[in-house]
This record gives sequence, C-alpha cells and structure tokens, in this order.
Amino acid sequence: MLTFILKRLLVAIPTLLGVLTVVFFVVRVAPGDPAIVILGESASAPALETLREQLGLNRPLIEQYFSFLGSVLQGDLGRSMISNQPVLTEVWRVLPYTFELTGAALLIGVIFGVPLGVISARYRNGWADYVVRFFSLLGLSFPAFISAILLLLAFAITIPLFPVIGEASYADPAQRLRALNLGLIMVAYITRVSRSSMLAVINQDYIRTAQAKGVPPGVVVGRHALRNALIPIVTVIGLYLGVLIGNSVLTEIVFNRPGLGKLIVIALNQRDYPTLQAMLVIYAVFIVLANILTDLIYGVIDPRVRNK
Amino acid sequence: MSAVPEIRRSAGSKVWRWVRRNKAASLGATIMVIVTLAAILAPWIAPYDPDEQNIILNLGPPTAEHWLGNDTYGRDTLSRIIWGARVSLFVSITSISLAMVIGGAFGVVAGYFGGRTDRIIMASMDVLLSFPSLVMGLLVVAVLGPTMMNLIVAIAFTAIAPFARIARAPTLSIRNREFVEAGRTIGFSDLKIMVRYIIPNIADEVVVLGTLWLATAVRTEASLSFIGLGVRPPTPTWGGMIRDGFENMLDAPWLVIFPSLAILTVMIALNLLGDGLRDATDPRLRHE
Repeated sequence: MLTFILKRLLVAIPTLLGVLTVVFFVVRVAPGDPAIVILGESASAPALETLREQLGLNRPLIEQYFSFLGSVLQGDLGRSMISNQPVLTEVWRVLPYTFELTGAALLIGVIFGVPLGVISARYRNGWADYVVRFFSLLGLSFPAFISAILLLLAFAITIPLFPVIGEASYADPAQRLRALNLGLIMVAYITRVSRSSMLAVINQDYIRTAQAKGVPPGVVVGRHALRNALIPIVTVIGLYLGVLIGNSVLTEIVFNRPGLGKLIVIALNQRDYPTLQAMLVIYAVFIVLANILTDLIYGVIDPRVRNK
Repeated sequence: MSAVPEIRRSAGSKVWRWVRRNKAASLGATIMVIVTLAAILAPWIAPYDPDEQNIILNLGPPTAEHWLGNDTYGRDTLSRIIWGARVSLFVSITSISLAMVIGGAFGVVAGYFGGRTDRIIMASMDVLLSFPSLVMGLLVVAVLGPTMMNLIVAIAFTAIAPFARIARAPTLSIRNREFVEAGRTIGFSDLKIMVRYIIPNIADEVVVLGTLWLATAVRTEASLSFIGLGVRPPTPTWGGMIRDGFENMLDAPWLVIFPSLAILTVMIALNLLGDGLRDATDPRLRHE
C-alpha cells in the first residue's frame, strides 16, 4: 500500500509542475503592462517602476518563471497586492470556513445520494425511480447561485426557518442553509451516478447467483451490488470536486460569507493578481490531491487495483 | 476511396430516430428550438427595446403591459430575457464548438500517433483538468477583460480537456482498422487519414459530449455574469440580470425569479436532450 501511495504521489509531480506553468503564463498573457493593469492608467511613473521591481516584471520572462517556481516550491505563494500580507496567511484564515462548507455538502451528497441512487435502480421505472430522477435532473440543472438565491428567498425570508445572517460556523443555522445549497446539488450528481452504476452491476451473473442461492435482497444489494458499484461513484465524487469548488465560490458570494471564494472575488475586484494566481494554485493542488485520494480509495474498495 | 468507411455510418440517423421516440429528449429538443428561435427573432418578438429606460416604471411588478415587470431603470424584464437568450446561447455554442474542435483535434492526434505525442498531450490535458473550471474561467476573463470574445475563450479553455479524452479513446481503436491501413498503403498522408477516416467515425461521440457540455457552458456564462465578469452592461445577460436584481430582491423578487427560470429552463432542456443523446449512443443502454 505504501508503494502504491508513493507511486501515485510521484505521478502527480509533473501535473503539479504543469499547473504552476499554466498559472504563471495565464496571468502573464494579460494584454499590456501588468503594472499598468494593476495600478491603473493614471499611476505615476515611479509607482509603476516600484511595482515592476517588486513583482520582478523587469527581469526576463524565463527568469521570472523559475523564480516563481522556486518560491512556490518553498511554500511562498507571494504577497497580496492590497494587504501586503503573505497570501497563504489569508488563505489559512478562511480555509476552515470553505472546508466546513464543502465537507458538509459532500457528506449530505453521499448520505442522501447513494441510497437514493440505489433505490432508484432497485425500483427501476417505478414511481420512486421517476421521482428520484426528476429531482436529480432538477438538481443538476440548478446553477449554484440561483439555488442559493431561491433558498434564501424561500427559507430565510418567506419562511424564516434559517437566519440569513450569522457566523460562518456549523454551530450556526445559517451555515446549514449554505451547506444545504451545495449539498442538494451534490445529492443530484451522486444519485445519478449511483443509479447508473447500480444498474450496470445489477444484471451481472454473480448477482443472479447470489439471488439464486437465497441471499436476502438487502444483502445482495448492500454486499454484492453496491460494493462493485462504488468505484464509479467514488470517481464521480472526485471529478465533481471541481464543480463543488466552483459552487462554493458562488454560495459564498450569495450568502456573503468568508471563505476561499469570497477571497477570490475580493482579489478580483481589486485586481490583486498575486492573490488570484496563488488561489488558482491552491485550488489545483486540492484537486490533484483529491485525485490521489480517489485512487487510494479505489485501492481500498477494490483489491485488484491495489495489487496491480 | 471517396466514401467514409462505414463503421457507424447509420448511427446518426438511428440516434435521431431514438431521440424522437424518447419523450424527455424530444421535450428538451423542442424547448431548445423555441429558445433558439426566440433568440434569433429577438428584435421582432421582444415587446420593448431591452435598453429603453423608463424611470416611472422603476422596479414595477408584472402588469398587463410588462408581463414580467421592470428593473431598477424601468427596463422591460421580458424583453431583456428574450435578448439575454442571445448572449447565453451564442457564448455557449461558440465556446463549446471551439473546445470541441481544439480538444477533439488534440485527442485525435494523441490517439493516432500514440507514444510520446500521446503522453505529452494527455499529460497536458491532465493539467487542464486540475483546475476548477469556474475559477479558471474567472481568472481568464479577469486577466483578458470582460468582453464576449474573452468569455468565449475562457469557457472554451475550461472544456478542451474532456473533448480530447473523448476523442482519443475511439481513435485508438480505429487507427488499426483495415481501412486505415488501406489508406496508408496507398500513400495517404496522416492528416488525410485523420480527416477522412478517423474524424467522421468519432464525430458522434464528440457531438454528444458537446450537447452535455452546452449545459455546463450556459451555467458557466451565467455564473461569470452573476459574479460581474460577463458581457458588459447594458447588454442584457441572464446572469447579469440576476446580479442586478439581487440587490432589490426583497422589494422586487421577480427581478431574480424570471431570469432564474429562463436559465433553469434552458439547463433542464439541455440536460434532457444530452441524456437522451447519450443513452442513444451508449451501446450498454441502447437496447433498453
């Protein structure tokens, strides 16, 4: 297992290097002088020169690239243009909020999505299947900011079950509404893949054998079918992490709560490129790590993957 | 040798027949046809000029003259929604077409040549897949500036990798088929083989993925507009209308509800259509 983990980590290194390269160049394809873009047309010449110096913009591009790589590898993601604080300090401050939000959403997604998908597949083309499929279609069709706004309108204002304003902590009911918003969309994605993945295994010979042997239906579904259907489910959860991250950005904006998403939007409005650049790196690192984690979970679920 | 070798020549017509039989998919297709027509005919069917301001009607509720009410500047919401369909559809269709062509080309080249070319291209695609698409789109638009062209580039950029993956897999199996060998034997160039033999045979799968991704593109465009990185005002966009309405949500909820319904309708229609097309082309599901 340890070799498996190490191998997987090694494979991620070129991807991470690629990520850093893309981030570096995306920020630099900005038309015009980045210093003018950041400070605005009316900035004075000395101010522009200081900024160029500070950002290393007057050095050759390739040198800038390697110095960027070097500092990132040392854990230095640069300083915010606005607060002059290291970006990572800001990130660490708000990270728990975003983690809590996305973690809760993922949990809601798995707790409700998997059983709903299983029920939908088990009673295929029955009324339960149709109801579940209708709601998962609806969930897939909702952009997160729209569902957030509608939840806000419905629950926090029309039927005041949840307070609109509150602390960004799960102890506070307002956070539950935000988690619900993200969670319902995750439920839709997970239900759907659980259903199709269950349908793919439910007609296999070994399922029929188990049924013929007289294994109770619950055990057939739980032990024989679901265990084999889990791999695509785990894959999709890993894949939709990107969607979840995007949705958390939108949710944080609508609910006006602190978090990585809010940080990005503030940086965007203030043209704080170093922060934006750093945030993109951080998000990408999360996704790469999540992919590794997904592979490790494969190994746990399916011994064939582990031994390959 | 002018005809395309028939691996799945009739697949396209079969798919369409299937979509027509599948009620959900044909509902999706019908809605999309109506929305597209509305977008094209906007100048003739919109009851008012979408930019015409009328301060007396500021935040006006739905009435017989203004079915869906008026916004902060007294502009007619229905007319703005109809015009907004243009931006939404134009941006998503062009960006996905762009991603389809670029990603598809990468996938075909990777699958056809194999070896190092394949490894380099697919590793680059893995890098692109490591970015959450909304955040990447956000950064690209922020850096390039919020114009329609840049929005299209940003959305296309986030969708290239999936198309490369979907195009590569069938290319791997087709490149060793007899008719490709035959083409090589009579001296066709690699480019000619790819254009003539490979692409027509993988087009179905790429187009189906395209329909599914259209929904994602509509969502991304709306989300970016909502964040304030969409096509610049006063051009009406659905996401932008929701952004403007959000501030007055308590006094005039229709300003967020109607554009939201427009986005939802298109999303549901595209998902129904995309699902139908995918089921029709997925051999495991075709016989159901």
